[in-house]
Amino acid sequence: MQSKRERAKTGREKLQHIIETCKSIEDRSLDPFLIDVNEIISTVKEYFPEWEIPDDLCLDAETIHRLASVIKLQSEWVRHRSTSLYTDPFLLEEKLNRLGKEEIIEVFVSAWHPIVEFEQISLHSLAEAFRYWESLLPMKERWKEFPPAEFERSLATREELIRQRILRDKAFSEELETFWQELKSQVETKGENGKIHYWDFVGAETYDETVHKAFMTSFLITYGYATLEIHPLEEEIFIKPYEKQMAKIGKKQLVSIPIAVSAEDWMKWKRGELK
Amino acid sequence: MLFYRRHRKPGVKGWELRKVLGSDYPKVLKIVDDYLKALDLQVKTVFEEEKQVEKPSLEELDKARFYVTLRGELTPKEAKMIGWRIDDLAGLATTIAHVISKKGKAPRKEVEEMLRDKLPGWKVGFNIDRYIRYGYLTQDENEQLYLDWRTRAEVDQKALIDLLLSK
Repeated sequence: MQSKRERAKTGREKLQHIIETCKSIEDRSLDPFLIDVNEIISTVKEYFPEWEIPDDLCLDAETIHRLASVIKLQSEWVRHRSTSLYTDPFLLEEKLNRLGKEEIIEVFVSAWHPIVEFEQISLHSLAEAFRYWESLLPMKERWKEFPPAEFERSLATREELIRQRILRDKAFSEELETFWQELKSQVETKGENGKIHYWDFVGAETYDETVHKAFMTSFLITYGYATLEIHPLEEEIFIKPYEKQMAKIGKKQLVSIPIAVSAEDWMKWKRGELK
Repeated sequence: MLFYRRHRKPGVKGWELRKVLGSDYPKVLKIVDDYLKALDLQVKTVFEEEKQVEKPSLEELDKARFYVTLRGELTPKEAKMIGWRIDDLAGLATTIAHVISKKGKAPRKEVEEMLRDKLPGWKVGFNIDRYIRYGYLTQDENEQLYLDWRTRAEVDQKALIDLLLSK
């Protein structure tokens, strides 16, 4: 035999589950007939005598409210099926998959009647605008109604500026040097022939970190701490650190190499699908 | 008034016409519609409720929006001439048909998946955002897509579904 407290706990869980199910039907456009309304009503009725505190009564009311929304969806569902617009989504999806772009367009243009509109100014609106302009006060006169806001001034500490990202924790050159050392050590451990796959180096746990590493890598290359080795046929990019920072090669034409670091690529790299 | 844009939308509300033309404005619209026939244009009424009303009351007409649309049909070649790429238009047609079949509401992810079958991945999200911007679709905070005002004004939804199914 369940104690009163245990029974109330089970009841709360059941109502919470009903609310979640109803919510997912509403949010994800699922078939509203997935739920058995009679069964839910009998569950709500069964536990109703257990509720004493306002929170439980609110839970009960929310369950009824959610159930009412699903019943409304059921009625809309029935109404839609009875209209001439009802089509089996699977049948239509099948048709759409089978048809080529040209055929879809051919069908669409037969049912499409684009709006015709003017984008030019009319004489009437020009006259209206002119009247408005004439009655508009100069900026000087309009702005004097608002006295400038007074700001409180005080000294900011270095820590505050770092927190607001106005100053950096380390100098950039120092950060770049550290990053270079990191590249060299990763080439030693993970790389081959003194180089490492681009994504194996820039790829990190989070996307933000990955973008930051890609950003820093671009500076390593621009400032002569490392170079890129691109194999276009294999679609592979390697980073090769230099032992010493290389001076700019005087007459040689510098080229920019854009490398996209999209969230999609990062996900692929995480799944091991990208080199 | 019918041709000009107010804020983002073209067309005019019934109550705006009543203010300018008086309560007989539906008759004036009928005359304009007859006149536009020769130009292959028509006055299109879009009621506040999604479905078409058989015999609308004056109150329903006041709340409705009136547009001028093309009366006849375009050819695919003409559609390209008015600035639509074939891919984008096919994507729009597929999206609208899918949303209609899902009772006017479909998850964006589902639509994206469907479009990705025939359009490059990078283009799919971009295109859906464009359809939203143009007013063909609207999206709620749960990323559900609905048909918006422009689809209701421009697309004969029943004809589209019937034609697709008969293909």
